Amino acid sequence: MNRTEGGERTVDRTVDVLVVGAGPAGLAAAARLAAAGAGRVEVLEREPAAGGAPRHCARPGFGADARGRPLDGPGYARRAVREALRAGAVVRTGASATGWAGPLALDVTSPAGLERIGARAVVLATGARERPRSARLLPGTRPAGVLTTGELQRTVELFGGRKGHAGRELVGREYVGRRAVVVGGDPVARSAVRTLRSAGVAVTAVVTGLPFVPTGFGPVPLLTGTVVTELLGRGRPTGVAVRGRDGRTSVLRCDTVVLTGDWVPDHELARARGLPLAPGTRGPVTDGALRTAAPGVFAAGDLLHGGEPAPVAAAEGRAVADAVLDHLGGLPRTTGTVPVTTVGPLRWVAPGLLGPGAAPLLVRAESRLVRPVLTVAQDGAPLRRERLPATLVPWRSVRLGPGWTRGVDPAGGPVTVGAEA
Amino acid sequence: MTGSARAAAPGEVTRAGPLPSGGDAAYDVVVVGAGVVGTAIARALARHPLRIALVEAANDVGDGTSKANTAILHTGFDAVPGTLEARLVREGHRLLTAYARETGVPVEPLGALLVARDEQQRDALPGLAGKAGRNGHHGTRIIGAGELASREPHLGPGALAALDVPGESIVCPWTTVLAYATQAVRSGVDLHLNCRVEEVRPGDPHHRLTTRRGTLRTRLLVNACGLYADAFDALVGREDFTVTPRRGQLLVFDKFARALVRHVLLPVPGPLGKGVLVSPTVYGNVMLGPTAEDLDDKTATGTTAEGIAGLLEQGGRVLPALLDEEVTAVYAGLRAATGQEDYRIAAHPALRYVTVGGIRSTGLSASLAIAEHVLGLLTDCGLDPGPERPLAPVRVPNLGEAFPRPYRDAELIARNPDFGAVVCHCERVTRGEIRAALASTIPPGGLDGLRRRTRARGGRCQGNFCGAEVRALFEEAGPPTRKDGGDGR
Repeated sequence: MNRTEGGERTVDRTVDVLVVGAGPAGLAAAARLAAAGAGRVEVLEREPAAGGAPRHCARPGFGADARGRPLDGPGYARRAVREALRAGAVVRTGASATGWAGPLALDVTSPAGLERIGARAVVLATGARERPRSARLLPGTRPAGVLTTGELQRTVELFGGRKGHAGRELVGREYVGRRAVVVGGDPVARSAVRTLRSAGVAVTAVVTGLPFVPTGFGPVPLLTGTVVTELLGRGRPTGVAVRGRDGRTSVLRCDTVVLTGDWVPDHELARARGLPLAPGTRGPVTDGALRTAAPGVFAAGDLLHGGEPAPVAAAEGRAVADAVLDHLGGLPRTTGTVPVTTVGPLRWVAPGLLGPGAAPLLVRAESRLVRPVLTVAQDGAPLRRERLPATLVPWRSVRLGPGWTRGVDPAGGPVTVGAEA
Repeated sequence: MTGSARAAAPGEVTRAGPLPSGGDAAYDVVVVGAGVVGTAIARALARHPLRIALVEAANDVGDGTSKANTAILHTGFDAVPGTLEARLVREGHRLLTAYARETGVPVEPLGALLVARDEQQRDALPGLAGKAGRNGHHGTRIIGAGELASREPHLGPGALAALDVPGESIVCPWTTVLAYATQAVRSGVDLHLNCRVEEVRPGDPHHRLTTRRGTLRTRLLVNACGLYADAFDALVGREDFTVTPRRGQLLVFDKFARALVRHVLLPVPGPLGKGVLVSPTVYGNVMLGPTAEDLDDKTATGTTAEGIAGLLEQGGRVLPALLDEEVTAVYAGLRAATGQEDYRIAAHPALRYVTVGGIRSTGLSASLAIAEHVLGLLTDCGLDPGPERPLAPVRVPNLGEAFPRPYRDAELIARNPDFGAVVCHCERVTRGEIRAALASTIPPGGLDGLRRRTRARGGRCQGNFCGAEVRALFEEAGPPTRKDGGDGR
């Protein structure tokens, strides 16, 4: 091991690209980079298996394989891993990046020991998670059996039909209970309902503060415009108190509460590096080429904006590879510098900076907007104003092509994207 | 652990099944209540060749008020001078500071700042400094707005001055109790969990205790029942005080907030209430709270929308940037208030019985001194403790961010790769630590107990990523003891 005179450890070894996170974005980036001859491309995955969130999502809707057969989450994850490996990337599981050891070096803990790995470029693809009960500031008691979709799906997958020790705290498969209330109206709520029902758990209701949701939930009652005001029960939930759209409160009986959606980027490494966060997404600010404020550090996937369908994250992974290749090739760094934010009924826009080239924007609405007029302005002066031939909804992002920001002055001030009903 | 000879055969830890019975099964002392006070008393008694049992209604040690407090090791600077509490907190601070160093309980002596936010509060600072002096704390100092701003650059506007109180520390309340209890058991104390005492028949030479799991006989009895100290007193026919639970709701902010605050920020007590504190935790988070609500229900540990909103409003005034961070935990604890500005510790020699009641929010700080005090009272009640012997050594797992943790320990990982397998990513807890806790002297009775021994599932994702695997490890370990039987609720 190399040591400097002061006793401080220098890097143990150096790779060309270090990718943190082997989900759809990280694997897509690694596959593209390795295939393009970027040199040693190493992906660090802290979980025991690579593939990311789709691994736990046993439902179709992840596209199709080469022969046109529909893929479920685990199938999609396997394919992503295979493609990265085939291209020549190294995927290391059970390896946690615990902090920065330099501008482009990470400290890594794994059962093999501690390592300090330097790189010519680092791609952060650390994903996102659903806010748990505490971050949602849900009052009430603190029973076991209040979990996110992520924990629910991991539990069902890990325990299958296995039962815990009789007469004990419910820790195994039975941790998911018999009767659940699902909170949230995003598409991930559907996924939670599906997982619960396949595990033999009755779903009392889906509760969402939204006035309407994308689809029904089969036989499960849907309560829109309804918020959870209190969790009830000791040891195990006995129910949730809810306030309906008429202002009346009632109690929904259940022994399990699944909190879905409400994403927050897993931005620990990004923040540890001092990268500024975008106000809307709480992900690190990048420019159109997915470069962060730190030279040589890139970001892609759900880390940038919270949960999106896997193909969106994978597309960002492929896009970030191009910027990494430019960086490795020594091309001069012409970063975009024009901040872009939202106004009006839009929740967030990603990435946080425009330029250097024309790049698409991802925009999420706060509420349902039927064929809204979208506006783009710089320094308060309108650049574009056009009716969108689509309906914006709070559970799905819309991609605005590069044309929307044509005409932005790269030396100018902040750009705002707005919407009018 | 060192290789030195054990001072005594270790005691038993039981969670279910019959209790020891028969003629030789009588205990010299039974301590009822395995919170921070009861475990400290059991540990103090374990220095003597006595038969001791520590009996607890819940399925784990430190499962009541001791697990849900502000985790501050107080100097006692603001106690009511001349009270027993003032003396025991002052002594306890010194004792626990040393004990923590010896056993691996994390303590950070950050010091406190009592921040004055209006003229009235500023005018109160000299009086508080004088009171600190009367409590034997002569190191306090009033600092102006300039020094305050440089020492706490993220304070909100309106901070006029502060009383600087060196020595106020943050501590891990969970491993403190664990260290006491583990050391007691290893030194011969029997720990009976899931063992609520339902009836006491005083007698001579032995009292008979009827518990959920059978009968215990003991010569002397200690009531360390915390919130239920009045109810236990009633079992032996004493009605000296009533415990009114005072609920404190607390918010724990994400570790990203840790850089915002360097000291324990205490409010200046005034006519408008005590206000809330903002304090780092040894786990690297920031705590905000507590509320103070007098209730009737000793099980009302739920949080309320009003409580949370009030905390956020007050916390936002003290440290505005705090509100930009996510909340990692929301919980409430109940302090044992008795309507008296002091502890209610009393010996009843005729009954060979000591009540340790009214240990309000300072029990953690005073615990070791309370234990020594109670040992004296037991002697007054007829206990002949006999010669002293050394306690079995104990070293608890370090849960503090300011001290080395296994995931950064190359030698430990080389010896056992499980210590390089991070399971709980938010808190960086390894499989090795979880397995060690599950195989420890006092294994956890459930997942919350496991969290209090390792921090697993205690981070910002609250189990989203690791919950299933932690539960699998818990299952794999099997029942915490062969005598396990339910969660004791």
